[in-house]
Amino acid sequence: MKYGFTAPLAAILVVGCANTTSAEGPSGASNNAPKTAKVSFDENPYPSTYKPYGGAPTAIRNVTIFDGEGGQIDNGVVFFSDGKITAVGDANMAIPADVTVIDGTGKFVTPGIIDIHSHLGDYPSPGVSAHADGNEVTGPVTADVWAEHSVWPQDPGFSRAMANGGVTSLQVLPGSANLFGGRSVTLKNVPGRTMQSMKFPGAPYGLKMACGENPKRVYGSRNQKPGSRMGNLAMNRQTWARAAEYKARWDEYEKKGGTPPTRDIGMDTLKGALEGKIQIHNHCYRADEMAIVIDMAKEFGYTVSTFHHAVEAYKIADLLKENSICSAVWADWWGFKMESYDGIPENAAIIQNTGACTIIHSDDQDQIQRLNQEAAKAQGDGRRMGFTISDATAISWLTYNPARAMGIADQTGSLKPGKMADVVLWNANPLSVYARPEKVWIDGAMLYDFNDPTRRPVSDFELGQPGEGDTK
Amino acid sequence: MSRNMKKALLFVSTAAALFASPVAAQTIAITGGKVVIGDGSAPIEGGTVVVRDGKIVAAGSGVAIPAGAQVVDATGRWVTPGLFAGFSRIGLVEVEAVRETNDSSASSGDFSAAIDVAPAINPKVTPIAVNRAAGITRAVVAPQAPASIFAGMGALIDLGDDYDAVTKARAFQFVELGETGSSKAGGSRASAFLEFRNGLIEAQEYARSQRPMQMRPHDALLTRQDAAALLPVVNGEIHLLVHVERAADILNVIKLRQEFPALKLVLVGVSEGWMVARQIAAANVPVIASALNDLPSDFEKTAATQSNIGRMKRAGVTVAIGMINDSDAHKLHYSPQYAGNLVALQRVPGATGLTWDEAFASISSGPAQALGVDGMLGSLRPGRQGDVVIWDGDPLELASAPVAVMIDGVQQPLDNRQSKLRERYRTPQEGALPKAYER
Repeated sequence: MKYGFTAPLAAILVVGCANTTSAEGPSGASNNAPKTAKVSFDENPYPSTYKPYGGAPTAIRNVTIFDGEGGQIDNGVVFFSDGKITAVGDANMAIPADVTVIDGTGKFVTPGIIDIHSHLGDYPSPGVSAHADGNEVTGPVTADVWAEHSVWPQDPGFSRAMANGGVTSLQVLPGSANLFGGRSVTLKNVPGRTMQSMKFPGAPYGLKMACGENPKRVYGSRNQKPGSRMGNLAMNRQTWARAAEYKARWDEYEKKGGTPPTRDIGMDTLKGALEGKIQIHNHCYRADEMAIVIDMAKEFGYTVSTFHHAVEAYKIADLLKENSICSAVWADWWGFKMESYDGIPENAAIIQNTGACTIIHSDDQDQIQRLNQEAAKAQGDGRRMGFTISDATAISWLTYNPARAMGIADQTGSLKPGKMADVVLWNANPLSVYARPEKVWIDGAMLYDFNDPTRRPVSDFELGQPGEGDTK
Repeated sequence: MSRNMKKALLFVSTAAALFASPVAAQTIAITGGKVVIGDGSAPIEGGTVVVRDGKIVAAGSGVAIPAGAQVVDATGRWVTPGLFAGFSRIGLVEVEAVRETNDSSASSGDFSAAIDVAPAINPKVTPIAVNRAAGITRAVVAPQAPASIFAGMGALIDLGDDYDAVTKARAFQFVELGETGSSKAGGSRASAFLEFRNGLIEAQEYARSQRPMQMRPHDALLTRQDAAALLPVVNGEIHLLVHVERAADILNVIKLRQEFPALKLVLVGVSEGWMVARQIAAANVPVIASALNDLPSDFEKTAATQSNIGRMKRAGVTVAIGMINDSDAHKLHYSPQYAGNLVALQRVPGATGLTWDEAFASISSGPAQALGVDGMLGSLRPGRQGDVVIWDGDPLELASAPVAVMIDGVQQPLDNRQSKLRERYRTPQEGALPKAYER
């Protein structure tokens, strides 16, 4: 993992309560502490409590495999045990005795689908105003908020995404009302009583930023800054300049000791982004605005992981490739707002064909249930313009590519030995409209089986409601 | 790249050459394709479709090619009726969030039921050309409700490349009676149903007031125009499309016919229709439903399931697919994808889907049937308007697209603003001159 802090590393950073600074300032104890016992703070105060649910060692054979990294094996074998992918191979691969064997004739296997852009839990169903927890619309710079603190585990959208879409991991982002929307959280798509029990262990945090119409509309309409795109940039730059100072104060303190700087929760996040520990996920539609953000990132010394929505990425796919920035796009959304006017269904295909990182995202509780279909449309539109886009490549848009952009590709996103056994068995080619997930495993635990109504999650909200436990 | 370019150009020129000239007053025979009639019958391999003077003459196997007909070879392709968007706002909107370009609703205007979308239809909005290229040839266009449950009168339109878009103006009245209706009526469904009854009663009073020595009551709430517009509704002269989602609301709407027996009801949305499917079927009320709602996105959809349409169909309900508040001005081309998903459900244990033939009908003859125009539109049966699409594959599959589209027997252009952007940025890098010089 390039940037993430794993659980053990985070544990090292944790120091005793007495020495932990609080939002009000350093505690008395730390002022008197010797120079060697520097004040630090817990970078992982809401740790994942997720534990894999366990499952039988399983081999799926005679199956077509899309490995997530662009590889395809026909008539192959996928074997997983103890929650991890053990081996992936062709028909000649030996299958150990005493394991569950599933015949995959006519079926397909992919890694678990990953949605890099979701608001499930933060904008859950039912979408009543009491549940609208995805945007802290009280100010344009809210780097201090964390999406995980809004996640409602009961959102029935999680189980729909699993059952109909094969989604096993997702990044829940704050909305785009603000320039700095706050921290994202990456979840395993397992039902849980608490957010922590869904939290992807060791996944790095993301920082949501937003370009364009939304921040300037939301605040401009209140006669506040920003009321224009130049206002957006001005506030962004001022904020980054402050973050650089904040980081410098902490760096100085780390080097020389003395009085620790006053803790600022929002600045912690920006400092993490400047240090490369927190990935930047920037909502941005227009090509010209993405180019400006690329320069701003250089100005302040951070990197953008992914432009989200990026409906005009096709116009600057070369620039995005040059800067190693992913584009997370819809297949064909357009025309709903001015900055989406130039959206074209060949966006993903042109990005891919230029050699830049391509991701299909949902940003939607319905489309997260059929990301495979969105990829298939984008692939079809690309092929129609003469591009070669293999099925296995189209599947990488929903698996390995988002995993890389989210900093979890060392753990999931492809069917490689040692990775989490996040696996979907489809009853047909997932790039066909006629395909559906038949079984979904998360860390080797079978959490959905369309043949078994007892392997169909029903959230607390749905209990006792009309349609409880129905096929959805 | 150059090979790709050549392949693409070859494709475009093949499509363009399918028809010699785009005029209606001639006989065209499309031969050799897999022909889908669109009425729920099975596709016919190697069928022939004959279009003359803008109308379907014959379609199927063993159809003779009339002497002098222009023959279009569709071997290896699918030939279907144009797709019919069961519920939309296409033609009313260029950019949804740009208020000046969005004519779907007049939230601060003085009128309600009398609003007629026909003069707001602009055949030149870019979504029309984009959706035409995706095989959509006809659409139900409904206004959005202003500050009233009565949204106004919708139209049936075609998506042809001309100014003659409106097939039938004032085809129906559209009314909100669920959660949206409740909020329009001040905050309760009780108030919404009262507003509905009051509107229809005022329409009858308005009719009486036109007689000698009669006057409208002094406490009338509706403008004269609005009351007059509801008269053909209460008299059953035009369809009444009612948007409701929850099962109880559906039953209450059906009950309205006890007081207003002539109502030509069509239910729209209907996410919980499966729970009362028998009653809908018994009342003989057609449904234009959202295809894939499966979340309790609000409390009136707690029982939503993708099996809804399939279960209603099995109970004998006439069902079509509509894009109800779902990208309804831009992405009507989602309807074949939705129909394909209903086919996929057939193989999910416990779910109820549609057969392929039923699914295709739900986006062709289904909407036409619901609006009572299936004698004229929605299928390749003789006498229907000559809306024909030739596809490069199964029209419900994600990778398929039209290679030719005909509306009223006239071949349509398939290029549009999106295809032009695509060609300009096929290679994103600039050449010798800026991109603005490439087209």
